[in-house]
Amino acid sequence: MNENLEAVIREICQKYANDSARMMDIVRDVQSSMGGVSKAAMKAIADAVGVAQVEVESVVTFYAFLSPESKGKVVIRLCNDFIDRMFGADRVAETFEKEFGIKFGETTADGLVTLEYTPCIGMCDQPPAALINDKVVTWLSTDMASRIAKAIKADGNIDKLNLPNGDGNNSHELVNSMVHNNLREKSDLIFADFEPGAGLKNAIAETPVEVIKNVKASRLRGRGGAGFPTGMKWEFTRGAEGDEKYVLCNADEGEPGTFKDRVILTEAPDLMFEGMTVAGYAIGAKTGVVYLRGEYQYLTAFLNDVLQKRRDAGLLGKNILGKSGFDFDIRIQMGAGAYICGEETALISSCEGLRGDPKNRPPFPAQKGYLGKPTSVNNVETFCAVAKIMEKGAPWFAQKGSQGSAGLKLFSVSGDCKKPGVYELPFGTTVKELLVKVGAEDAIAVQVGGACGITVAPSSFDEKICYDHLATGGSVMVFGPGRDLLELAHSFMEFFEEESCGYCTPCRVGNTLLKRRLEYVMAGKGSPEDLVYMETLGNTIRNTSRCGLGQTSANPVLTTLQNFRSLYEGKVKPSKDGQLASFDLNQAVGLSESIVGRKSIHHHD
Amino acid sequence: MSDKIKFTIDDVEIEAEAGQTIMQAADAAGVYIPRLCAKNSLTPHGSCRVCTVKVNGRSQASCTQPVAPGAKVESETEEIKAYRKSLVEMLFVEGNHYCMFCEKSGNCELQAVAYRLGIDAPKHEYLFPARDVDASHPEIFIDRNRCILCGRCVRASKELDKKNVFQFIGRGIHKQVAVNADAKLSDTDLAGVDVAASSCPVGAILRKRVGFAIPVGQRLYDAQPIGSDIEANRTDK
Repeated sequence: MNENLEAVIREICQKYANDSARMMDIVRDVQSSMGGVSKAAMKAIADAVGVAQVEVESVVTFYAFLSPESKGKVVIRLCNDFIDRMFGADRVAETFEKEFGIKFGETTADGLVTLEYTPCIGMCDQPPAALINDKVVTWLSTDMASRIAKAIKADGNIDKLNLPNGDGNNSHELVNSMVHNNLREKSDLIFADFEPGAGLKNAIAETPVEVIKNVKASRLRGRGGAGFPTGMKWEFTRGAEGDEKYVLCNADEGEPGTFKDRVILTEAPDLMFEGMTVAGYAIGAKTGVVYLRGEYQYLTAFLNDVLQKRRDAGLLGKNILGKSGFDFDIRIQMGAGAYICGEETALISSCEGLRGDPKNRPPFPAQKGYLGKPTSVNNVETFCAVAKIMEKGAPWFAQKGSQGSAGLKLFSVSGDCKKPGVYELPFGTTVKELLVKVGAEDAIAVQVGGACGITVAPSSFDEKICYDHLATGGSVMVFGPGRDLLELAHSFMEFFEEESCGYCTPCRVGNTLLKRRLEYVMAGKGSPEDLVYMETLGNTIRNTSRCGLGQTSANPVLTTLQNFRSLYEGKVKPSKDGQLASFDLNQAVGLSESIVGRKSIHHHD
Repeated sequence: MSDKIKFTIDDVEIEAEAGQTIMQAADAAGVYIPRLCAKNSLTPHGSCRVCTVKVNGRSQASCTQPVAPGAKVESETEEIKAYRKSLVEMLFVEGNHYCMFCEKSGNCELQAVAYRLGIDAPKHEYLFPARDVDASHPEIFIDRNRCILCGRCVRASKELDKKNVFQFIGRGIHKQVAVNADAKLSDTDLAGVDVAASSCPVGAILRKRVGFAIPVGQRLYDAQPIGSDIEANRTDK
């Protein structure tokens, strides 16, 4: 048994040249072939690649899809984000629990099935959704859950579930998924016709410096949400000293409510790869890496096929399009369930085979990034825009959108609306205009920018969605009459508590404290002082956290406190006896009571 | 060519070498910025955030932020002092810290920084986590109840001892320090003389049998508050 384990692991490590920087691939492979990465497996991996065992443990225990204990042959990960629960995820969960006779978090005694919850898997437009191993199932009903469970129990083979295929490339033989694109509104940017090579040809006719000048002239800013000017990022990376440089594509789309990259990866991967290749040319990199979130594993065979076709067509590889000395290739790096890896320096850590901890800045990735070399990390959608800018010219792009936010933007719209899905619209579109398009004029609140964004009240629906007003990487969640916005804020706080990497104090501890205090308030045990406490704590987390996650993780509470304060005020009441209502004296003395075997004099019945 | 850089901390002009961090320059000038994860001999970690300052209005950790010419650094403002208090209180409620019977009391940096910041009792709710003690090693024990996840042991083992005895596992509020073995510290190659064994700012990694060799009252921070050694170098007095 042990010899067998070592042999399997030796083989897996050899596949990645015993390179510790490929740790993510190694532990993912071990997890999928053995159901978990045991201590014995960690030791074997450590010996093979030459690191300490605890370093492997450090990685394995960081990512949600990896585990030291063995998981079932079939792992069902049901998305339990707020949107999915609005559309029945809890009932689906009950069905799975009943069918398999276990609770979520448990594995069946025969080792067949593990049930787990997972945050947003990028399917908010077709909720409730789940991952069954790598397979995505969407629009789950209790009937469907029951049918799936019975099929799994019958022969344990998830390939025989007989699920219908979705539209577009979701039906491609290498995808074979029931996911739907829900592409509701196309414009002339991302989903317009595109001839592979059309942008790249124009790019290599210019010097790399001219390409960067063009990207700057287009006024393109990063589509991930932070909005850093792309041309400037490339200029820094090009100008930094380094014998090698890297282009990284952030396809770790994890912001709750975002799924536009999923549709790009399904329908326009050529455009993204082309943008990366242009970036390689512009900054002088030979290698590109797409960091793909673990949830999108079902797209990898398809994406690798597109890459191969591009190599065959001379669009990747050596002397691209006949240009002597222009060499560039791309590989896909899978993630393993960690929201923080969408933060660019955490993404780099993960690509290097480490925990997804963000890095200290400075140095910035442009100076010292992947493997210590100058690196540009850009979003999937940003690369697509670049390819199109190369094809159609910077002025064509720059005249679209609004003053500070040039171009078009993809929005992922979900929640209480008639037409959830992906919309390509100019920056500067107001919330109200968007609500009309998606069929949600009765919305009571709109969450712009995902969990870390802003909960917008109807009085602000005339505000524009763009970098300078309501910023978003694409996530727009709509909430109709009757939805509980405190529950919404709470679900986001649960998400951040779960997804904090734990590196810095305010994010690791502060988010837990903030979530707990919110729970007291929601339970009617809060006093007005608790609202002040939450604001102060939220501001401390925002102002002292090390990376963007912590700097925005208090937003669910802070922005609802600001925009929906009456909801909180209706829950709190001043304390009568000078004690905080959240303080439960009976509970506080409970343990000592049980030890001494009598009631405390402080006990109130 | 002079590489001197001039900037201010709370309006006091500081002269620094290019490449120094704000904390290094402040230390050299005798200006104390509270800290827990930072230690001179180790690579800056930037995790406790207690050394947060504002640089031209933006929050930064002074242990990782390089000096910049003309920068206006704020440190002892009411706003920043409140952040620091809150952060140190978080570290107290996150673990189980019982100063009154901890061997480290009086030599503990967490306790000393708390006193210096004027903390009497945390304003946050105690989390009372269940954490492990590992006393398997003949010379050293780990009490994770008192760990503040500063990573000094991790860095000291790696950078100075050239070993890999400690590393972080888990994430978020479940993050903890693990040892390079299946379970126990005694199965690692940690030696009592290792720097990692004496790098802990709190009572999480302690030497056995010497806990009370120095009596309370004669300990490091009993006579003078933490940071006094740095402030003794003050150049503009």
